[in-house]
Amino acid sequence: MTRTAGTRRTSSAGTGKQLLRLATAGSVDDGKSTLIGRLLLDSKLLLQDTLEALHRNGKNGAPDLASITDGLRAEREQGITIDVAYRYFTTPRRSFIIADTPGHERYTRNMVTGASTAELAVILIDARHGIVEQSRRHACLSALLGIRHMVAAVNKMDLVSWDEARFLEIEGQFLALAERLGVPDARAFPISALDGDNVVEPGAAGWYHGPPLLAHLEAIDVASDRSGGPLRMPVQWVIRPEDGARGERRYAGQVAGGTLRPGDEVVVLPAGSRTTVTAVETVDGPLESASSPDSVSVRLADDLDVGRGDILCGPDDLPVSGRQIQATVCWMSEAPLRAGEHVALKHTTRTVRAAVESIDALLDVTTLIDGAAPDAIGLNDIARLTLRTAAPVVADPYSENRTTGAFILIDEDSNDTVGAGMVRAVREGGRPPEHSPGVTWHESGLERDHRWDSLGTRGATVWLTGLPASGKSTVAAQLERILVEDGHPAYFLDGDNLRHGLSGDLAFSPADRTENIRRVAHVARLMADAGMVAIASLVSPAHHDRALARELHEAAGLPFLEVYVDTPVEVAERRDPKGLYARARAGKLEDFTGVSAPYEVPQRPDVVVHGAEEVVRDSAERVRAALERIWFPGG
Amino acid sequence: MSASDHLHALESEAVHVFREVAAELERPVLLFSGGKDSIVLLRLAEKAFRPGRFPFPVLHVDTGHNFPEVLEYRDRRVREIGERLIVAKVEDSIAAGRAREEWDPGRPGTSRNRLQTVTLLDAIEQGRFDAAFGGARRDEERARAKERIFSFRDDFGQWDPRAQRPELWNLYNGRIRRGEHVRVFPISNWTELDVWHYIQQERLELPSIYFAHEREVFEHDGMLYARSEWVEPSSQTFTESVRYRTVGDMTITGAVRSAALAVADVITEIAATRVTERGETRADDRTSEAAMEDRKRQGYF
Repeated sequence: MTRTAGTRRTSSAGTGKQLLRLATAGSVDDGKSTLIGRLLLDSKLLLQDTLEALHRNGKNGAPDLASITDGLRAEREQGITIDVAYRYFTTPRRSFIIADTPGHERYTRNMVTGASTAELAVILIDARHGIVEQSRRHACLSALLGIRHMVAAVNKMDLVSWDEARFLEIEGQFLALAERLGVPDARAFPISALDGDNVVEPGAAGWYHGPPLLAHLEAIDVASDRSGGPLRMPVQWVIRPEDGARGERRYAGQVAGGTLRPGDEVVVLPAGSRTTVTAVETVDGPLESASSPDSVSVRLADDLDVGRGDILCGPDDLPVSGRQIQATVCWMSEAPLRAGEHVALKHTTRTVRAAVESIDALLDVTTLIDGAAPDAIGLNDIARLTLRTAAPVVADPYSENRTTGAFILIDEDSNDTVGAGMVRAVREGGRPPEHSPGVTWHESGLERDHRWDSLGTRGATVWLTGLPASGKSTVAAQLERILVEDGHPAYFLDGDNLRHGLSGDLAFSPADRTENIRRVAHVARLMADAGMVAIASLVSPAHHDRALARELHEAAGLPFLEVYVDTPVEVAERRDPKGLYARARAGKLEDFTGVSAPYEVPQRPDVVVHGAEEVVRDSAERVRAALERIWFPGG
Repeated sequence: MSASDHLHALESEAVHVFREVAAELERPVLLFSGGKDSIVLLRLAEKAFRPGRFPFPVLHVDTGHNFPEVLEYRDRRVREIGERLIVAKVEDSIAAGRAREEWDPGRPGTSRNRLQTVTLLDAIEQGRFDAAFGGARRDEERARAKERIFSFRDDFGQWDPRAQRPELWNLYNGRIRRGEHVRVFPISNWTELDVWHYIQQERLELPSIYFAHEREVFEHDGMLYARSEWVEPSSQTFTESVRYRTVGDMTITGAVRSAALAVADVITEIAATRVTERGETRADDRTSEAAMEDRKRQGYF
């Protein structure tokens, strides 16, 4: 981070040391834990009480180095490492974070997790056994996760009498493997972790003239891996000035690639609007520039609608925005994944719903070669998938950016993280296209403000969502009445009425509901643009469908008000004017929201109406007041 | 990109975590003890949200056995930054019959540590908080080394180390069910020395007990305890120049002999020390090897 003159802090601040995040994998048999213990011990990072505990656990007076890394009681009892553990050590030249993971196949997901943030991988190789399946797997996963620096720690050299030929043989195989995996920087070290040879201090072999392992870890340059590439900054949070004071909004986020400077032109995706950066700041003052991994805030020249989930990008090299994602996914759940299933997908700061369109291949994790496409993938499988998302995702290939190319998959029922994904390609598609082929949007030549001012009106869409029989339509009809009687054009788009004609071809499956909502959202947008208040009343049970309706309006610069009619299901069921709940309970109605299909409660509705206890007129008045606050913010 | 030092990388990571929680959870709260780690948290929250307000209040669980210097500091600091402070008192939990004092009050090493968990969980439930920021670090203890930055608690506030969500890249999954909450540790990857270097870099003020001062102490079980209204000295007291490495209850927090009057002196002493922070000065963690794991499972921080 470069600070502007005058705000630069004195050089006594900070330690000036660089951070290196490294991943290890392997079992106690490889001596992985012993190696970590040795690094900590010889770099004097183990403190007295920890050492005493090691000696208590050790045999014949020698410290049990391996026990340093077994954190949980179950691990100590079973003598194995189960989970990812993070270790910290620092030398006069560098600070290290070690992500320490078990090496067995059934812990592939832990290895993937540990490797996801690492810049360097240490592959443990037992000199007696050479490169075995486990070392191959770890090298492959590290390469897959985009780690550019790899080190082979050829351990237990004392058990092969420090045989140079044996080391050279393993080194040759390892370098060939790294080359095939496309790892640009690979190197092998002969060591004995148990005796401490060539780990921190030089070792017993007269024929080895290279540095000890630690010296290499201290010297390696990883800073250049992070910088470079085009600008990417996912917006996390909008900082608004305190207490309603007027002032510019700041868009906060962590730079994920490239360099951000005041005066630079940026493109806000997915909207595509262009603007100029007027300031890059932190609490400590303005910056001349920021790059990965700086967390900063940004001010923009134009008053655009920018929010969480948007990405600020350099204008020349834009990521692809689309709904079809081809990705490599590591599956982390006991429950298998099949084509057609739905998950939530979190990518940078945006979460969208996704369906598995197809499973395209299963990867062999010891070769990274594509195998046949299975019907389902299970725990620890790594597969090529095609995903279709409910809203566009703006992503880079993972090979180009480890932040904007990565995503996690979340099970919507259990809320667990069930998959880790790396983007290979993004395509538009998987959805009805934005427009028919060969047509372009016709601008009428009449500016919206001019239209609205001339007609003395304002447009907006009010979107009422809630369970069937929650009272949405009653509130909608009341709102329509009070607006129209005040001389404000408004029109009630009733869910049932829309399913005559416009959506008459659709049923109630999730896909059909999504399509219905898409159509209604487009109709509402046109009406709002014309200067009317479109009042849509739809159950619209899924977050992603409502989000789509909102995005459509926000992209067009039109107000969109989500009103959640919060009526308990017992109350709605008691009302049941159309006898629908009764039919659903009797099993005669499939996919009935509240009974046999889920309703996703809005996380941040603009207005909440209490359908069970509030007078309808009061509810409608509150919605109107909210509309007026949007149209006339100061008034 | 200039060569960014590791403190800067850790700061950026923590600020990112703060903003993710604010954006993805409904009602976060920041746990503030007046200890050095939570003082760093408060500074990081400023980095994440200023010039806006914090999108959460600050919560202190007051055991009633705190150092008066720390309480004074707490009130002043929260006033300075202009945010809202909630104080949840263990006394109130005891009075309400929700918690009972353990063994012999007055004996050094006896603590309200477990009681604190009751008060904390009650405060989380009352405030309907769904996320609580804490200053725990993975270098503190072996069980912590495996805890996630987003650490899930069921509706009894319990941690299950075998059922943790994988945490990849900087993509945190904050989804929870009603009644559950998540403990968030933005400085998970910091070490004790990192915290001190950051305090120095940011010129953060600390409660005076972190620096050498004369205090009436006595030795018990190899640790130095302060004489206070809650602790009955178990041996002859004497006056010593001491400072504290951690801030907990006066009944369980041991002092270390020290001459360090400024942050730089403390850093020099810590860099030379041969005992871990918790092993040296916290009786609660010396009880058994799995002490921390057990308490965490029950809902402790």
